[in-house]
Amino acid sequence: MADISIPSTSAGAVGRDPLTVDALAGPRKRARKESFIKGIFFIAASVSIIISILIVASLVREAWTFATGVEWAKTWGQNGWFPRQGVYDMPTLLVSSLIVTVVAMLVAGPLGLGSAIYLSEYASKKTRSLLKPVLEVLAGVPSVVLGFFALFFISPQVIERIGRNGWLVIGALIFVAYIALVIGWARNLVQREAGTSIGTQVKRILILTALVATALILLWWINSVAGSADPAADNFFTVKRSGQLAAAAVGVGILTIPLVASVAEDALASVPKELRDASAGLGARKMTTTIQVVLPAAVSGIVAAFIIGISRALGETMVVFMAGGAADAARFTSSPFEGGLTMTAGMASLATGTDNVVGEGLTFQSLYFVGFVLFVLTLTLNIVAGRFVNRVREKY
Amino acid sequence: MVNLTDAEDVNPKGLSVSAENDADITVEQNTDTPVDEFPAEDLVFDASDLSVYYGDFRAVRDVNMLIKRKEITALIGPSGCGKSTVLRSFNRMNDLIPTARVEGTLLYRGVDLYDERVDPVEVRRRIGMVFQKPNPFPKSIYDNVAYGPRVAGRKKGLDDVVEHSLKKAALWDEVKDRLQESAIGMSGGQQQRLSIARAIASDPEVLLMDEPCSALDPIATARIEELMAELKDEYTILIVTHNMQQAARVSDRTAFFSVEVDETSDRRTGLLVEYTNTEKLFSNPDDERTENYITGRFG
Amino acid sequence: MAVSTLGSSSDVTKRVEQEIFRQGSDLKGSGFRAALLATLGISVLILVVLLGQVIVDGWPVLTTNFGDFWSGTLRSRSSDSKLGISQGLVGSFWIAITVAVLAFPIGIAAAIYLEEYAPQNLMTRVIDISIRNLAGVPSVVYGLLGLFLFVKLANNGQSSLYAGGITLAILVLPIIVITSAEAIRAVPSSLRQGAYGVGATKWDVIRTQVLPFAAPGILTGTLLSLSRAVGEAAPLILVGAITGRLAPRDGSFLDLGQFGDRFTAMPIVIVGWVQESGRDAGFAAAAGAAIVVLLALVIAMNSVAVMLRNYFENKRG
Repeated sequence: MADISIPSTSAGAVGRDPLTVDALAGPRKRARKESFIKGIFFIAASVSIIISILIVASLVREAWTFATGVEWAKTWGQNGWFPRQGVYDMPTLLVSSLIVTVVAMLVAGPLGLGSAIYLSEYASKKTRSLLKPVLEVLAGVPSVVLGFFALFFISPQVIERIGRNGWLVIGALIFVAYIALVIGWARNLVQREAGTSIGTQVKRILILTALVATALILLWWINSVAGSADPAADNFFTVKRSGQLAAAAVGVGILTIPLVASVAEDALASVPKELRDASAGLGARKMTTTIQVVLPAAVSGIVAAFIIGISRALGETMVVFMAGGAADAARFTSSPFEGGLTMTAGMASLATGTDNVVGEGLTFQSLYFVGFVLFVLTLTLNIVAGRFVNRVREKY
Repeated sequence: MVNLTDAEDVNPKGLSVSAENDADITVEQNTDTPVDEFPAEDLVFDASDLSVYYGDFRAVRDVNMLIKRKEITALIGPSGCGKSTVLRSFNRMNDLIPTARVEGTLLYRGVDLYDERVDPVEVRRRIGMVFQKPNPFPKSIYDNVAYGPRVAGRKKGLDDVVEHSLKKAALWDEVKDRLQESAIGMSGGQQQRLSIARAIASDPEVLLMDEPCSALDPIATARIEELMAELKDEYTILIVTHNMQQAARVSDRTAFFSVEVDETSDRRTGLLVEYTNTEKLFSNPDDERTENYITGRFG
Repeated sequence: MAVSTLGSSSDVTKRVEQEIFRQGSDLKGSGFRAALLATLGISVLILVVLLGQVIVDGWPVLTTNFGDFWSGTLRSRSSDSKLGISQGLVGSFWIAITVAVLAFPIGIAAAIYLEEYAPQNLMTRVIDISIRNLAGVPSVVYGLLGLFLFVKLANNGQSSLYAGGITLAILVLPIIVITSAEAIRAVPSSLRQGAYGVGATKWDVIRTQVLPFAAPGILTGTLLSLSRAVGEAAPLILVGAITGRLAPRDGSFLDLGQFGDRFTAMPIVIVGWVQESGRDAGFAAAAGAAIVVLLALVIAMNSVAVMLRNYFENKRG
């Protein structure tokens, strides 16, 4: 048989309008317009890269000038951060930052996580719609407001009270915990259901008692001896009236609660419902399900929430600047009940006061050195947190 | 240009067109597969060895089809056989998936649709599409229908286009008094007819319908089928359906796709098994797989 | 383990009964629940005490000479009747405008690029990573950038309103990109497909489908970022906003010339007065009053944003 050939472009035009590639190419103008628009959007997206580069470049440039210009041997280990006098002791700022971050996370960690668990596991739709906005409002409160609150309320009303009766409060807490544990174990002893021998129980109680006694003695010793420079007037818990790191840290912690809560809640929400159902189906109580099934499943996300919280607390500036109890310089301190400057507050206080510090050589560049250290720390924390968040996403 | 040198073979394209010269075109009768005769000018699509890939994964392979003007061609087969993927390659909707690419050739009225000079936007204005789930825009009924002409730059005479399209889609009488109301409040069947009106308004030559009735009740389905029979006078229609009875009822020609599973990678690749006129495919299929499928022994 | 401790069958029955009927008195469980609720309760309490504190402190100032406080300026004595927040309000107003003009369009456009255009390549990944990391950079660091670029390099060490405005625009840009991208991602693909199916170009689809659908979400994100910018202080301190005394300007507050001038803003006014309160206790009350105004502004913006979001979420079901 003869070849069967399909008509090509030229042959297909019989009887109808001929169709050519050009007819399907669309107007040039439209293609140009589309790629122009795409170009504009691309430029907008690239702005973020430019900003990133500029941040790193400005930090590195000035920080490098500082790092090579400063006499490290003379300034490191000096008893404080006095940038205007040329004393740049980084440990002063780093230790204060550490104190503030730890205390802030002691506030934000449990409160944020507890709120997240309640909202995600327990709250009815209605309770949720009532309580969630509270966290949202709290998240929107400017940090200067928390600075004001920390200085005029948290410092005199909370920290000073604890400070005045500090060892009593802590001692009481330890004692209450001790009594509760002893009662719990004693009950076990009576009911004999845990399968442990009487000897183990008694041994536990004895060890605990010894620990508590040691803690109380240590507390008393710190209270009376450690502040022995002027034991009558000054002890570990004596409060300086001008605000203190602890007050600022509690303020920072309050600011961090909503962030920890929202990241942790996302993590809890990503735990599949089937896991909860399976646990409930085996007869587990809600609390058992929450603690033994949901929390372990969401643990990466909860870790991420804490790390992001730490990064946020480390970078918080105004609360410490206003309520941290130090002006534009600070002595080294390792006590949360004294005034101090964190890295952030150190930068803010150096940049304020006299109009600004531009051009004052090392003093100006020290800002960027501190900023660079802070930038590297928070960036590292955020990257680590991102890894943890991704781990949850991959799992479910 | 495709040459079939041995006409004794089963013609993979299901029908054939021959040209002794440009002016005089006759259709060869294939001895194994009875095919219709039609002049070359009625040829709309010509797919040769068409394969669609998603990344490295070949979703459909070796599709060879000739599609005739003003006919309804149905694409059937079990799920995962790539019939929707093939349909979407006919107006380059697959371009929207970043990893998708096409091999082989697909000619539309003689023009290679995947020629690099071809603008998919232009293709879609000539080859309209109706989707599985009715997807009216959250706008008024009027603005839904006028959408295509408007993005094509048309500003005048929209009222006429809207009326004409809605009439064509057998929707005018139901909605003429509430053209400015939101399309979201319509019933599913109405929404799907609106989608058809929206496609018609761009004045296409071909309508691709991707399981247009799968989300509809039987009454609404019957109306759409009726409508398709009417639209056939003016448009070439390709329809993907999972419903064999529907294919048998509405189409002139049917392509049966099957799926082969690669044991080692557990990947499923679709392929065109048989393509012929609907009556033959459903009464006397050549391929055993087709027979198994239409008699319900498989899929 | 449990089996070995069980005795007779009546013993088993007893235990099972105990287990079943203990449901009502699950002490540990309700204690746990109460503790969780208490953590939220503490947040509520903090918020109440905080609001109470600033209102108690600031209310006398607001009520006794409200008009003067509104139109007054930064002064050296808290008893000065011309003490007030007008300069802070004007500064914050122009900073908000700068943020809206610069950060909104760029941020939304970047989000559109990332969601609608960006191919999967190295460049896109770099953009994505840089936006995510920028969102976590502490705000003081943005202040350092602003200080370097707009004060040291561009303005001979002089601080200016535009330095503050642009710095805050840069600060909120990643937030806008991330929230807008989320809103755009929520646009159903059926709308895009429907539009492409009748021959719309990419820009047609964005203009007529994506943006209208994502608008409420984008608006919510931009409002939240605006309220963040209005409440932010640290970067402004770094670029040299004035906390002490600032000579009042002549002329309208709409005068664009002030972009080149030294400036202050609402949060900076508060910081300044809190610092002054060590010397002159009356400033604490003034700071409280300024906080009431700032909080009203910020909470209003946030509430509108949250209500908008909830309204559209409910509407779409």
